[in-house]
Amino acid sequence: MKMNGAKILIEALKKEGVEVIFGYPGGQVLPIFDVLYDADIKFILTRHEQGAAHAADGYSRATGKVGVCLATSGPGATNLTTGIANAYMDSIPMVAITGQVKSFLIGNDAFQEADITGVTRSITKHNYLVKDVKELAKTIREAFYIAASGRPGPVLIDIPSDIQQQEAEFIWPEEVDIRSYKPTSFGHPGQIKKAARLISASKKPLIYAGGGIITSGAHHELKKLTEKLNAPITWTLMGIGCFPATHKLSLGMLGMHGTAYANHAIMEADLILAVGARFDDRVTGRLDKFAPYAKVIHIDIDPTSISKNVRVDIPIVGDAKNILGQLIEDMDKIPDTSEWLKTIEGWKKKCPLKYHDKKDIIKPQYVVEQIYEATKGKAIITTEVGQNQMWAAQWYKYDYPRTFISSGGLGTMGFGFPAAMGAKVGLPDKTVFDIAGDGSIQMNIQELGTCVANKINVKVAILNNGYLGMVRQWQELFYKKRYAYTTMTNPDFVKLAESYGAVGIRVTKREDVPKAIEKAISTDNVVLIDFKVEEEENVFPMVPAGEALNRMIEGLA
Amino acid sequence: MRHTISVLVENKFGVLARISGLFSARGYNIASLAVSETLDPTISYLTMVVEAEDEKILEQIKKQLNKLIDIISVTDFTKKGHVERELILAKIGYSSKDKTRLDSVLNKIGAKAVQRGSDTAIIEMMGDQDEIKALLEGLKQFGIKELVRSGRIAISKE
Ligand SMILES: Cc1ncc(C[n+]2csc(CCOP(=O)(O)OP(=O)(O)O)c2C)c(N)n1
Ligand SMILES: [Mg+2]
Repeated sequence: MKMNGAKILIEALKKEGVEVIFGYPGGQVLPIFDVLYDADIKFILTRHEQGAAHAADGYSRATGKVGVCLATSGPGATNLTTGIANAYMDSIPMVAITGQVKSFLIGNDAFQEADITGVTRSITKHNYLVKDVKELAKTIREAFYIAASGRPGPVLIDIPSDIQQQEAEFIWPEEVDIRSYKPTSFGHPGQIKKAARLISASKKPLIYAGGGIITSGAHHELKKLTEKLNAPITWTLMGIGCFPATHKLSLGMLGMHGTAYANHAIMEADLILAVGARFDDRVTGRLDKFAPYAKVIHIDIDPTSISKNVRVDIPIVGDAKNILGQLIEDMDKIPDTSEWLKTIEGWKKKCPLKYHDKKDIIKPQYVVEQIYEATKGKAIITTEVGQNQMWAAQWYKYDYPRTFISSGGLGTMGFGFPAAMGAKVGLPDKTVFDIAGDGSIQMNIQELGTCVANKINVKVAILNNGYLGMVRQWQELFYKKRYAYTTMTNPDFVKLAESYGAVGIRVTKREDVPKAIEKAISTDNVVLIDFKVEEEENVFPMVPAGEALNRMIEGLA
Repeated sequence: MRHTISVLVENKFGVLARISGLFSARGYNIASLAVSETLDPTISYLTMVVEAEDEKILEQIKKQLNKLIDIISVTDFTKKGHVERELILAKIGYSSKDKTRLDSVLNKIGAKAVQRGSDTAIIEMMGDQDEIKALLEGLKQFGIKELVRSGRIAISKE
């Protein structure tokens, strides 16, 4: 059947199973909006294109599906870029669709023209400028395939408005075959056998898991293998939820603000099994001092991640789920880890995660713990960036994948709130909390309008310390307390919420914390809680940037 | 060290920008780059000479290239039988009294003069890196005023 490009786009999105698009209109996407007017795809009008990109990203992280956002040319497209870069750094499958000026005007500095494929080349997995309406359906098919397969990532499709108006036959390619793109899925069997032998020969094995476990859906295999080996396991920020935090073999998160015992374990292990993690500098600390006694097995879908930062003894390229499944079968001799686990138990006793709770003041960590208690660990938690993010990572126990949603690679302030919105749209029956900072929340606070208008009842818990706290912490520790431009003059968040039609709650007393959280959960509306917390609280433990992992500032010794 | 790499890519607009963008974003150096269509007009052939301090960086360069969606294959000629050629054009100082001296240099190396003027001559040569080096050495005495090189092209022996 013949139809115009805009209709082809929407038909193609439906074929891909897209249920919702987050976006914002403008001159160069009018034909698409005209089709959306009566299409059976949900459209969520955000208040800023950045919000749309983060919402699509949050939707994807919560559901595992490809998130979709849509914006007009020029400023609409450039407003998406932070969200695209954010998804790229965390390998989130997303398709961003932008309108472009008419194809014969491209290159003429036309009104609202921006070379968005040029701009996003280094922050997308791939991008397309569609120049022929006959290519449109195939391009969309490819874009979704590329976004979701291999190491996932965002793909941008730029569609000039004349292409949206031109007609073509709608031909949906059932198969995708890209000769230049064939991601590896199964690991090399010989390498897996070698890995099994190396693990068998180890005395102090440690599993180090990352976001790849969640992407691959390998959490069952990971748990099985960990239990079979009776080996301790630690994970990255992106890996949170890949393994139950309440499990006895869990060491929690490692790295700059990881647990002391996870970092000690890295420094003492004789074998590290890295799965779906990339040895980021926030994890390794000083590279030449990282894991000095360990042989390293590295399983990753992306060959470029292997041997990039850390030398690897056995690299295995492929999908974590397949490879772990095979590794479980190949493991017949299990190492005896009882001594090793005793050592670790000792560290856990000696240097647990801790904070000084006080009666007369609200500690931010306490708020996070109370959110955990109130939601029984079953909520989806998104975070902003800064201290709030680290406390949310440390003090809530995540037992399930896709329940912790946070900007890992890019560290984007303003991500958490629109991401929460996207997560809630994807999983409306879940309680979704954005654990926020007073600084970050103001970077996309306008999305309160979107939430209220669409009854997306997310809850926001602002850990309001009146500071750009994480930066202030660095200034305190490394710049002689010279707090240059890190104090925040904040609005009245309660009134702000109310003016949008949401519910605002202010909490200034410790004993009111649980009640406020209960009320937020039971209120059938968007709720924003302004927790006035200890202003100069720090995140500990902390490995100063560029130091070895065992050179932690412990906080309260 | 310099390494010669060949890359087969989809012959689409923007592919070269993706490659050069990758190199600049990751701080790799391209010493030379030659691009042409292949017998299959949908595929282009790139020969690039890259600068890599060590094996690890060379590995990363190859892996990162492979990761680009439009790249079909990457071949590293470092340890592979291959033939390499480069074309150069050199403008040198010249007058008719230099004729015998110049001819002897050119004959020895197998280069030729494509133009002899009243005060300059243009020399052309196609060869491998050693031959080109020898020619440039031989031309020094005349004074090299301008030098243009095509960049290496390479093909595997198998
Ligand atoms: C978009 C963006 N700009 C700047 C930064 C640098 N930065 C990291 S944490 C932080 C402070 C965050 O303050 P707040 O949201 O109040 O969180 P807190 O650390 O106080 O919990 C800043 C400015 C960033 N990560 N993202
Ligand atoms: Mg703050």
